[in-house]
Amino acid sequence: MEILAGLLNGFAVALEPANLFWCFVGVLLGTVVGILPGLGPPATIAMLLPLTFNMNPAGAIIMLAGIYYGAKYGGSTTSILMNVPGESASVVTCLDGYQMARKGRAGPALGIAAIASFVAGTVGVLGLMLVAPPIAKFALSFSSPEYFALMSLGLALVVLLAGRSIVKALLAALVGLWIASVGTDLFSSTSRFTFGQMELLSGIDFVVVAIGVFALAEVMVNMEAREETQLLPVPKGLRNLLPTLQDLKDCRFAFVNGSVIGFLVGALPGGGSTIASFLSYGLEKAVSPRREQFGTGVIEGVAAPEGANNSETGGALVPLLTLGIPGSGTTAILLAALVLWGFKPGPLFIPEHPALFWGLVASMYIGNVMLLILNLPLVPLFAQVLRMPVYLLYPLILGVSMVGVYSVSGSLFDLLLLMVFGLLGYLMRKLDYPSAPLILGLALGAGMERALRQSLMMSEGKLSILVSRPISAVMLSLAVLVLLIPMFGKLNAWRLRALEQG
Amino acid sequence: MEDGTRKSGDLWSGLALAALGFYIIIQASQWEYLGPDGPGAGFFPLWYGVVILGLSVLLIVSHLRRAHDRGNPTDWSRLGRALSTWFSLAVAVALFKPLGFVISFALLTYFIVAVMYRRPLATAALVAVASAAGFYLVFDLALSVPLPVGMLGF
Repeated sequence: MEILAGLLNGFAVALEPANLFWCFVGVLLGTVVGILPGLGPPATIAMLLPLTFNMNPAGAIIMLAGIYYGAKYGGSTTSILMNVPGESASVVTCLDGYQMARKGRAGPALGIAAIASFVAGTVGVLGLMLVAPPIAKFALSFSSPEYFALMSLGLALVVLLAGRSIVKALLAALVGLWIASVGTDLFSSTSRFTFGQMELLSGIDFVVVAIGVFALAEVMVNMEAREETQLLPVPKGLRNLLPTLQDLKDCRFAFVNGSVIGFLVGALPGGGSTIASFLSYGLEKAVSPRREQFGTGVIEGVAAPEGANNSETGGALVPLLTLGIPGSGTTAILLAALVLWGFKPGPLFIPEHPALFWGLVASMYIGNVMLLILNLPLVPLFAQVLRMPVYLLYPLILGVSMVGVYSVSGSLFDLLLLMVFGLLGYLMRKLDYPSAPLILGLALGAGMERALRQSLMMSEGKLSILVSRPISAVMLSLAVLVLLIPMFGKLNAWRLRALEQG
Repeated sequence: MEDGTRKSGDLWSGLALAALGFYIIIQASQWEYLGPDGPGAGFFPLWYGVVILGLSVLLIVSHLRRAHDRGNPTDWSRLGRALSTWFSLAVAVALFKPLGFVISFALLTYFIVAVMYRRPLATAALVAVASAAGFYLVFDLALSVPLPVGMLGF
């Protein structure tokens, strides 16, 4: 009953004209971003975040979440039509989607991608709605040691699945923790790592780092090549977008598989939609009676991964909203957004801000319907976005990045920091350091230090408090085990396989 | 192409991170570690500084152990294009104070279109003026988002 009442209130919020408008803007932008290879949701959300400071928080989070899940709908379009994934989550869709297009079945492939995304995306939101409130209630019993252990576990999982080298991923996370320490220590008022700069006393703004590491670095990587990779031929006259009844029948299990795998992997920090889509494709292939045909244009080979990468969104929002622990770079930016608007994601988020939580949930139901409508008949139109010359796109991204950073503080010093973090992000990519652990370390750094210091204050300096409480002991043990996985041959082989596929 | 950058990069990035770890340890050791009220400002940084130093040494050692594996050479032309983009952006940011956002951004766009993508100069000029004007209209006038103002007042 409580959930139903919450959902009804949520629909009242989400159906307000302004919020409907922002939901539409979000899913539309998300679709465009998803279609454009080389511009991902984290970069887009980071760039637009500063522009939401003056917005109503409900409208702002509805829009940013719309970009997040909308991009996953758009990502399949280029995978199917051109064998070029718009997002890493749509890589596996290329396998059968592109083959279907080559056989003249691009329409049903695009149609089933949109339908599977809708079905699984809706199931993911349903899961979020049902699972988040009890988890939040359970987490109410958490104190500082449990929070420290939980953040350590979240960071360890992200490190495990972020890159081939655990050492590099750990170093990236630790650099994130260091950046989070810059500024005045709130416990003792000591200024730390400020290099004598007054501007650094209040710390380094999350937005500056996120835009630098994601947006600027992405533009630099894309501009390495002179050729305009976006100008690829788009098939014209796509017809018969609706799959046949037989197609839908063939995809029955794929809908369920994608929905469940996507949600479960999403709820796991570090999992992400890429791994979700590969796992569900693998499962679909394993149980299919025509598994030998996978890779030649099998429709369930499109439905399963596309469903999984959309259901993942609902799962990923569970730890973010109920525990305040993001599991990826994108959700770390959403966490920063909520904090910047004055909210504290965690166990008290749902009881203290029911309108925001339920408004977001309801908007995701609405957003999924909007995306289905947008993506079925308008796919050919969206595909034209790819004709946009890159020499128009990249200055636009650079301009929005600079305006976004400047609008946060009105300080040219922050723009200099943006340059520094842009270069850092680029070098990280070239040298194979994953950026997600850095962003996560930055997002969790202050909270981790606070939780650790509060724990030690509670225990009068004894570190044993972290292992003498059962929940924190279990989570810290898991974190250590997770980081030891690369030392075990078979487990590490599994990890590397998952990363290679991603 | 990527391999060469990455393999020598492991050494240089390892050295840079080791220096960072060392700097963090030196700084953190100057702040209170444990006081009567609990851990001080130096407690957390000291620990992650030690781990950064340890891991970066591990990275350097593992690079030296496979130093004979040279990988492919770095593609300097691609690297040069990326760094040119970064440098042009840095120049644009430096020009914000005297020229303001609108003119600096127009110059940046002109550079990218005309030099980086070798489009005709007229096309570059048109794109530069239209983008800068678009940013001014959308952000400054329509959304009231402040843009850096130069000596000319915009």
